[in-house]
Amino acid sequence: MGGLEAPHRVFPAHGYTGSMQADRNHLVDSVMVRQRAASFTKRSIKADAKTEGLRLAISMLDLTTLEGKDSPEKVRALCRKAITPYEAPLNPSVPSVAAVCVYPSHVRTAAKMLTGTGVHVASVATGFPSGQFPLEVRLRDVTAAVEAGADEIDMVISRGAFLAGRYGEVAEEIRQVWQACEGAHLKIILETGELETYDNVRRASDLAIEAVDSAGVLQDGDVFIKTSTGKISPAATMPVTLVMLEAIRDHFLSTGIRIGMKPAGGIRTAKSALHYLVMVKETLGDAWLTPDLFRFGASSLTNDLLRQLLKGITGQYMAMHDFSEA
Amino acid sequence: MKPIAPDTHEHDASPTGEWDYSPAPERTPVKIEESHGLFINGTMRAPKSRKRFDTINPATEQVLSSIAEAGAKDVDDAVQAAKAAQGPWARLKPSERAKYLYRIARRMQERSRELAVLETMDGGKPIKESRDVDLPLAAQHFFYHAGWADKLEYAFPGRNPKPLGVCGQIIPWNFPLLMAAWKLAPALACGNTCVLKPAETTSLTALKLAEILQEVDLPPGVVNIVTGAGDTGAALAEHPDVRKVAFTGSTEVGKILARSVAGSNKKLTLELGGKSPNIVFADAAIDQAVEGIVSSIWFNQGHVCCAGSRLFVEESIVDEVVDKLRHRMQSLRVGDPLDKNTDVGAINSAGQLETIERYVDAGEHEGAIMHEVNNQPLPTKGYWHRPCFFTGVQPSHLIAREEIFGPVLSVMTFRTPEEAISRANNTPYGLAAGIWTNTGSKIFEIARKLDAGVIWCNTYNTFDAASPFGGFKESGFGREGGRHGLQSYVKF
Repeated sequence: MGGLEAPHRVFPAHGYTGSMQADRNHLVDSVMVRQRAASFTKRSIKADAKTEGLRLAISMLDLTTLEGKDSPEKVRALCRKAITPYEAPLNPSVPSVAAVCVYPSHVRTAAKMLTGTGVHVASVATGFPSGQFPLEVRLRDVTAAVEAGADEIDMVISRGAFLAGRYGEVAEEIRQVWQACEGAHLKIILETGELETYDNVRRASDLAIEAVDSAGVLQDGDVFIKTSTGKISPAATMPVTLVMLEAIRDHFLSTGIRIGMKPAGGIRTAKSALHYLVMVKETLGDAWLTPDLFRFGASSLTNDLLRQLLKGITGQYMAMHDFSEA
Repeated sequence: MKPIAPDTHEHDASPTGEWDYSPAPERTPVKIEESHGLFINGTMRAPKSRKRFDTINPATEQVLSSIAEAGAKDVDDAVQAAKAAQGPWARLKPSERAKYLYRIARRMQERSRELAVLETMDGGKPIKESRDVDLPLAAQHFFYHAGWADKLEYAFPGRNPKPLGVCGQIIPWNFPLLMAAWKLAPALACGNTCVLKPAETTSLTALKLAEILQEVDLPPGVVNIVTGAGDTGAALAEHPDVRKVAFTGSTEVGKILARSVAGSNKKLTLELGGKSPNIVFADAAIDQAVEGIVSSIWFNQGHVCCAGSRLFVEESIVDEVVDKLRHRMQSLRVGDPLDKNTDVGAINSAGQLETIERYVDAGEHEGAIMHEVNNQPLPTKGYWHRPCFFTGVQPSHLIAREEIFGPVLSVMTFRTPEEAISRANNTPYGLAAGIWTNTGSKIFEIARKLDAGVIWCNTYNTFDAASPFGGFKESGFGREGGRHGLQSYVKF
């Protein structure tokens, strides 16, 4: 199945490059977007497609712990799980997850465990989860995390400024955070549960993407947009993720740059993860089916993915206590 | 009008990764008798005509079963059985009639997967659609009308509604079981009895429904099912004891029926063809409008009387819409209708495929540009047509005027609302229309000016038993569904 066509080649005789979309306010019809999102859940993923999809989903996990009571020991357990999600040898093998995501104070612990393993160290920053801090404090938060060894930063936008219509202010803070990342990848959390409407989600997605795009040359996967902190309900939903994927698609059509996507929170079952992969495939194409461009922010999802994967290989369901915690 | 440029770029730049869905065939077993009789007076019996024909699976061209062809004598038997049953059925306590309808609905639900598989095998539509659309709606139609059976006085207060008598009902092949439900449920609720004639390519689910009618102990003769082709239908419509003729199908046949019924005291409702406009304004939610375009024309291979086969897009957004449509087409999976991931199934018959191909040829011949996203091989057996759309279509082109009844869309543009309305109404048909805009006032303004029986705003091909359906002009007359639909089955 094909993916998106490269930009500037679509209807060349007509001069359409998609750039005309940039200044248009994209509207979202909530009934039809829900209907479309639900249609992805009707896909039946069986046999090889299921095994491959589950392995892909594992490789896209950002294993996350974001609690006040997090300890170095818990972070080390999480890192160990990230590198080797399942202890016993399997054929096909179980890949490592994409990243471990922690608070800045645990970055050093995580970096020590993960250096050289291919698993990224992600840190929430910018006054996560509320973002209700002065910008200089939030920027300092980013710098500290990067200095401690984080190569991915999950920032939060100022939802207050956004909802008040101060879009320029939100764009400017995103640009400054992106600069403070100094090479670390950036995931921009919109906290869609607080934005409430699909129109807001689309506008915030466009705003975030354009803010980083205007700050310098982007490479594919440098920047992700992300649904949620996991601290607000609802977190990721399929319609919200679809709206964000459509923003990513339209940006690609006008610039050729691939922005990444990370739904976070609320995705707990392997079945639901496969539905998200179907949605990515059918909205953006297979090119996005890589941890470089798509992540799941989750923790409890891991063991259900493993359990279903083992079921496919061994034909038997294992008890949840057969899988290590964290 | 700005012409839409042809696509000169290559199809389908190869993706960097590959993750394709494995086959996911629906495995629910369904028992198909080698040969079928006619359902007359509560029993299955051989046709007196001694004639038979085969019904095939259009996806494989394999013969599924031998079907009886009812001759004039068989039709007469069926009508006489219905006539004899009508008095007692009408005199039955209305709440008792309702119970039968409820039972039919429940039994359809219980056997829904089996019926869906059969519908897909006999007609070629994707199992996803027969399972998620045809079956639930068919059951809903019986549930809904069960509710009306003892409340007819409230539907028509002070008018003392009475049943008509024997109804001759002729249904098409695009939604076989659903159309049977649309016809039978309101007729039975109002105290009529029925002789139903399914389309010749899709008799099997109607005959399976006969099994259900036996299971729920529906009194013999209340519903009779006579299979066959045009001659059987003509014999039914012309039968002197038929009090009401209800037909869903082509405008061509509808006109013949109207002539044959003229001068008799039979009531007639016709639900005929369409060439429905789907209008997308620049202030629409484009991605969702594209979704609506997909369901308006590629739902059920475009074998839909209300298909939005004429797409009118405001000129300023036509490139974006067409571009997104092309992209969206890539994810439409054409193939084995029994695969749960199939979006577009087989064309219902060799004859219909020929018709579609003739129109596509005519479109290209007249200078329109055909677009299809050619990304999957089609099965070698069976009847298939890839979803496609035309740009550079002139209103005078054949593909912009005539009903194709296939997965073929004509894309045209407009600049002002007035132009959209006049072009939308410039057709002999008047069945359905779609409007896409996020401006509430515009919805009402435009909807008022469109000559169509059904107008969908920011959605398309959305159905409900409570919502009346039917057309204007050459799309027919009479309504089905809702309180308006009941009116077609009572006299005052």
